[in-house]
This record gives sequence, C-alpha cells and structure tokens, in this order.
Amino acid sequence: MQDDPVIRVVAKVMIPTVMLFALYVQFHGDYGPGGGFQAGVIFAAAFVLNAMIFGLNRGRHVWPANLNLLAVCAGVLLYGLTGVASMLLGENYLDYDVLGATPQAGQHIGILLVEFGVGLTVASVMVALFFTFAGRMTHNRLLDRMEAQDKDAKRGAVKEVPKKRSRT
Amino acid sequence: MMQHLPILQIIVPLLGAPLAALLRGRDLAWGLALLLTGVAFLISVVLFGQQKIAGEALIYELGGWPAPIGIVYVIDAASALVLPVVSGIAFVATIAARRLVEAEIDARDHALFYAAWLLTIAGMLGQVTTGDAFNIFVFLEISSLSAYALVAMGAGRDRRALPAAFNYLILGTVGATFYVIGVGLLYMLTGTLNLMDLSERLADVESTRAVFTALAFIALGLFLKMALFPLHFWLVPAYAHAPSAVSALMAATATKVSVYVLIRLIFGVFGIEFPGLADAVGLLVLTLGIAGAFVGTLAAILETDLKKLFAQSSIAQLGYMAIGIGAMSATGLAAAFIHLFNHALMKGALFLAIGAIAAQAGRASMHTIEGAGRQIPITMTAILVGGLALIGVPLTAGFISKLYLIRALLEQDFWMLAGLTFISSALALAYVWKIIEAAWLKERPEGAPVLTESPVQYVPAWLMVVATIGFGIFSAPLVEAACAAANVFIGGAR
Amino acid sequence: MSMLAGQWNYFLVIALMMIGFYTVIARGNMVKKMVGLTIFQTSVFMLYISMGKIANGTAPILTDAAQKAYANPLPHVLILTAIVVGVATTAVGYALIISVYESYGTIEDDELIKIIEAEEDEGADA
Repeated sequence: MQDDPVIRVVAKVMIPTVMLFALYVQFHGDYGPGGGFQAGVIFAAAFVLNAMIFGLNRGRHVWPANLNLLAVCAGVLLYGLTGVASMLLGENYLDYDVLGATPQAGQHIGILLVEFGVGLTVASVMVALFFTFAGRMTHNRLLDRMEAQDKDAKRGAVKEVPKKRSRT
Repeated sequence: MMQHLPILQIIVPLLGAPLAALLRGRDLAWGLALLLTGVAFLISVVLFGQQKIAGEALIYELGGWPAPIGIVYVIDAASALVLPVVSGIAFVATIAARRLVEAEIDARDHALFYAAWLLTIAGMLGQVTTGDAFNIFVFLEISSLSAYALVAMGAGRDRRALPAAFNYLILGTVGATFYVIGVGLLYMLTGTLNLMDLSERLADVESTRAVFTALAFIALGLFLKMALFPLHFWLVPAYAHAPSAVSALMAATATKVSVYVLIRLIFGVFGIEFPGLADAVGLLVLTLGIAGAFVGTLAAILETDLKKLFAQSSIAQLGYMAIGIGAMSATGLAAAFIHLFNHALMKGALFLAIGAIAAQAGRASMHTIEGAGRQIPITMTAILVGGLALIGVPLTAGFISKLYLIRALLEQDFWMLAGLTFISSALALAYVWKIIEAAWLKERPEGAPVLTESPVQYVPAWLMVVATIGFGIFSAPLVEAACAAANVFIGGAR
Repeated sequence: MSMLAGQWNYFLVIALMMIGFYTVIARGNMVKKMVGLTIFQTSVFMLYISMGKIANGTAPILTDAAQKAYANPLPHVLILTAIVVGVATTAVGYALIISVYESYGTIEDDELIKIIEAEEDEGADA
C-alpha cells in the first residue's frame, strides 16, 4: 500500500492530526464529551493506520513490543496509585478532594490522572490487539499449513483445511 | 489503615495483577501472587472479626461520596462470611499452583497467567464486597474475562480447552448482559443503583410489570452464571479442560460468588415479601435445583474422566444450594450459606488432589488411577475423604450442609423434596465407590506411569480436607455465622 | 398507535436484542456468534441511553448559558463502562476463534464436535 502516492501522503498528514485530536479528546473530557477510553482508541487508531499502510515492521518499530506491556501496566497502576495516594493523604480511596489545594483543584487533578491512566492502557491494549492479530496471520500461516499437512499425512484422512481457508 | 480494609481487600490483588504481568523472573510472578493472596486472606479474616464485633454492616464510601450518590462497599454478615471462603481458597490454590502451572503451562506465559489469576480473584472479591448493582456487573466481567483467558490457557495440554473457553465466553457474556438489562430496568424504575436504596424504593413500584421483567432478567442472568440446571452446559467442558490450578480455583469459587450475588439481589433488593417472589421464583428455583441435583449426580456416575466427574458433581451441589434458596425461609438460606462454604472446601480439595495426579500422568481418569491407592496413598485418601464429604457422611462438613438443607425443607412440609434430596445425596455413593474401586481394588497395570507424591503437592489439598473434617466436627461457629448471614436477609434463622 | 410513537425506542431495543440473541443461539459459525453477541450488547446500550433522555433535555455539559433540562448523564457513564467491557469480550472472543482455527482448522460448531468426538473415541478418554 505504501507505493500509492495518494495514500502515502494523506496518511503522513493524517496520522499526526489524529494523534493530536486524541490528546484533545483526552484532556477535554472535563469540559465536553471525551475522556480516557475514547482518546485511547483514537490514539491507537493512528498507530494502526501507520502499520496498515507502511507495513507491520515499521509499525512495530514505532511502538515496540516491550514498551507495550509496560504501558498497559503503567496505566492501570497510575489509576490505582492515584487512589492509594488519596488513602495516604487521609481520605477514602479515590477521594480526589485531597489531591489539590482546594476540592475543585483536587477533583481536576484526580480526574486528569485517572483518565490519563485509562487512556494510556486503552491505547496500548488496542495497539497490542492489532499487532497480535495481524502479526499472527502472516507469521504463523506457513507454519499452520505445514502442521495441517503433517496431521493429514499422519491421520491418513483427507481433511478440508486448505479449502476452508478460501471460504472464510 | 483499619478503616480502609474493605477497599484494600479488592485493590491488593487488583493492583498486583499489572505488577505480576511485568515480572520476568522464574517464580517471581508466583511469589507475588502468593504474597498478595495471603494478604487478601488475612484482610478477609480481619474483616470477618471486625464485622462480628461491630454487629452491624461496615460501610466504606468510595471516593468519599455518601451512599445513594456514590458507590459504597458493604461488609455485613453475609459478605463477611463469603470473603474468607473466596480468599482462603485463592490462597491455598496459589500455594498449589506453582507445581501445577509449571507442569502444564509454557514458561513464557507464567507471568500473564498469574496476572489473570490475580484479576479473577480481585473480581470475585469485588462482587462480594460491593453495594452497588452496576459495580457488581463490572467486577463480574473482570472476573469472567480473566476466567475465559485462564481456561483457554489449558490449550497447551489439551486443545479442547479452546472451544470450551469460547462456549464459556458466549454463555457467560449472555448471562452478564441479561443481568445488566435487569439492572437497567430497575434503574429506570427507581433512579438509583445502590442496593440498599433500591430495596427501599422498590416498595413504591412493586406491582408494575417492569419490575417483574427486571426480576426475571436478573434472575436468569445469575442462573446462567451459577450454572443452575438447565443452563449448566458451559461448566463441565470449561472445568475439565482448563489447567488444573484453574479448575481448582474456579470450581471452588466462581459459581459460589454468583450464588451469593443471587441471594443478595433476590433477598436483599427484592426481599422475601415481594409479591410473587416466594411462590413463583421459589418454586422455580426448587424445581431446577432438585433437577440439577439428579442430573449432575447421574451424569457423574457415567463419567470416567475425573475432572469431568467432579464438574458434574459440582452441578449437583449447586442444585442443593438452589434448593436452599428456593425454600424461601431463613433456615433454607442458612443451609445455602453453609453448603456454599463447605462445597468450596470439598471441591477445592478434590480438584487440587486430582490436579496433582493430572500434572504427572497427563490426565486423571479411572484408568490412570487404577491401583494408585498403593502408589500415592495420601493423595488418594484426600480424594476419598472429599468424596465422602460430597455424599454427606457424618463427621464431614457435607453432613452439616445436608442436615440443614433437609431440615429447611421439612420445616416447609416439602416431604417429597427432602426425600429426593436424600436419595440424590446417597446416589453420589455410586461414583465415589467407582473411584475407591479403581484406586484400591484394582492392580496397577503394567507400563502405567509411576505416580509419586510430595508434600508440596498434597499439603494444599490436605489443608482443605482437614478443614472439611474440622468444620464437620466443630460445626457450631460455621452454623452461627451462616445463620447470622441469613438473618441479614430474613430474620429468625437458628 | 400512541404506544408506538411514545415508546419506539423500546421496540428498537427489543428488535436488536432478539436479532442478536437469535444469532448467538441459532448460528453454528463462531464468528457469527460473536457478531450476534455484539448486536445483543449494542441493544442494551440503546436501552440505557434512550432511557436517559428527557424531553427537551440537552447534552449534560455545563456551559455559561442556563439550561432548563439536561439529559441524565449517569446512563452515559454506565454505557461507557459497558462498551469497554464489550470491547474486551469481543477481543477475547476473537482471539479464541483464531486459536481454535489454528488448532482445529475450522470454526463451524458441527465440524468441531465431529473432530472432538472422533478424538475422544480414538481412545484419548481412557
């Protein structure tokens, strides 16, 4: 797909715009529709678009696999530890009032932090899902076919595996 | 710190899950899981004591928002009883999990396995603690999604785990969605999601058709989740083909938590005086319960694979719990709680012992345990005692549950049902005898793998066997706690 | 007729729910079951959100201009949670479907049952 000039140029323009829009949605969840989950999905869409058009290898280069797992866990821990911070400051779990100078400031900070955690986790999970599913088919397809042929030879029965593949 | 215990109960395993996923050492993830489940068990025991001393429900407001506005976590006599069950089984299963997981699951997946393990435990603890109807759904899905993944991890050994996990996913999600529809209808009618607030406001809308629809949806969703006959078809393949540690954890806890949620919703929110509840729902649950008891026991007699056998037996035991609920009386509810407690112990012991055999021999079936009584006497004796407890032999905890169950039925003059319950319990003798016969009365065939046992393998199972016998002999504390739990919903249990 | 006009959203919800549920039960292909499940869950979202709307209510966002009525924001929050749960379920489901396909070579229920039963008869179940 990266040979087509129209797609290539449009993608190169759109991908940063999409990421910027995702950040806008993330931080404007306080004032309008938005928030962590929506922003995370939009952010991931940018990376998925990149991988779809320029190839999985380049896509993986921009978002490495070990960074992925780290980001997923970091987001969850950010959310949880915000609540623990509230507990350490004396109030109940996830009581944002104590996180700032005034309750309003505290609520803003608290929501920002937890929503950022959510956004980070969701974006990483979406990208991870894409790379897991897409990477599997290209890498394992050959191994699959070889294994299925081995199994047919052992069993001696004729299984319809190759034909199934074209139907689905 | 002490006042934060209700939330710590949940976030200790919940936040441990992402930590476990990041650990790459050989047994680090297991060590973390062991530590955190141990802490969770300790917290649950302390909470039980706290609640007993306080005498009333402990309420924890999440985020500082008071009751009907925010989500609150409620520790009353019922949740205080179920929490140690879930966390205790989780702790013991984690002790045993190290060997079982090493034998059955690829080493690269161990960290993620323990992450999912901690998540499902956190989800179950959350379902028991929370006092908000939608929060129950959230924790239900956390626990279920992790469970689907855990069951699917058995595919390394037995690829039938994959379609089993898929069926479990489909049926589990349908059940959870029915529950959410019911909660939505309740929210439409009353405007609140807090369980205590709901029960107060439902009095105003008692006779509308929407409330009955909500009750029907919620009950149906929870019947699916607790594998009540005839919605039990997902349970046997899922527990049979899952990794042994997962079967042990799930068989002992997952369905029990759904039983608890059902009791909480039906008796806590709708209440026994709700028009039509005692007659229609009670009769339905009684019928399905006794049918499940028979179907489960008969199917178990016909099974040769041990995991499938005890999974079918689980269906029968869940039928007994349903009978306790369907009796619609305080004694029946107490019987259901007692059986919930005891069955968790018995099934946990059984599945851990079977897991030890399966991890060595590849599978645990009547064939693989032929003559095993001499080779691995300690493990087989654990299975024997567990089986006797299932039948309800005196001196085991199973006897106490059956006693209270039959008493509850006789109090309501359900003579025939009491007789049928007794008969189906006695029928369980058939499959226990099959196991005894295979293990002790047959010779080990030539060429069969030599089975060994080590303390690491049989101690967790024996811990629970000892607890089974202990609570069978010294049953007073358990009965007292179960009656206190039942009294939360209906007064007058003894 | 007035019942139809005033409560058309509930009819829509029930229609979607039954289409989804029927697909889950009646179709043997695993991907079709997942699609049916997704439709089923979507109907629940519609139920919650449509019940939150008040006549003449606007989006529940605080602006400087005073509004008389806002739509109920709580169902929106509940549905966000439910959507995320739905996405996670769909992801796990499709991952399982891919694994089943790689392992068995088929995703049709009846063929899977045939393969599994053939394996069990061969003596895997001693």
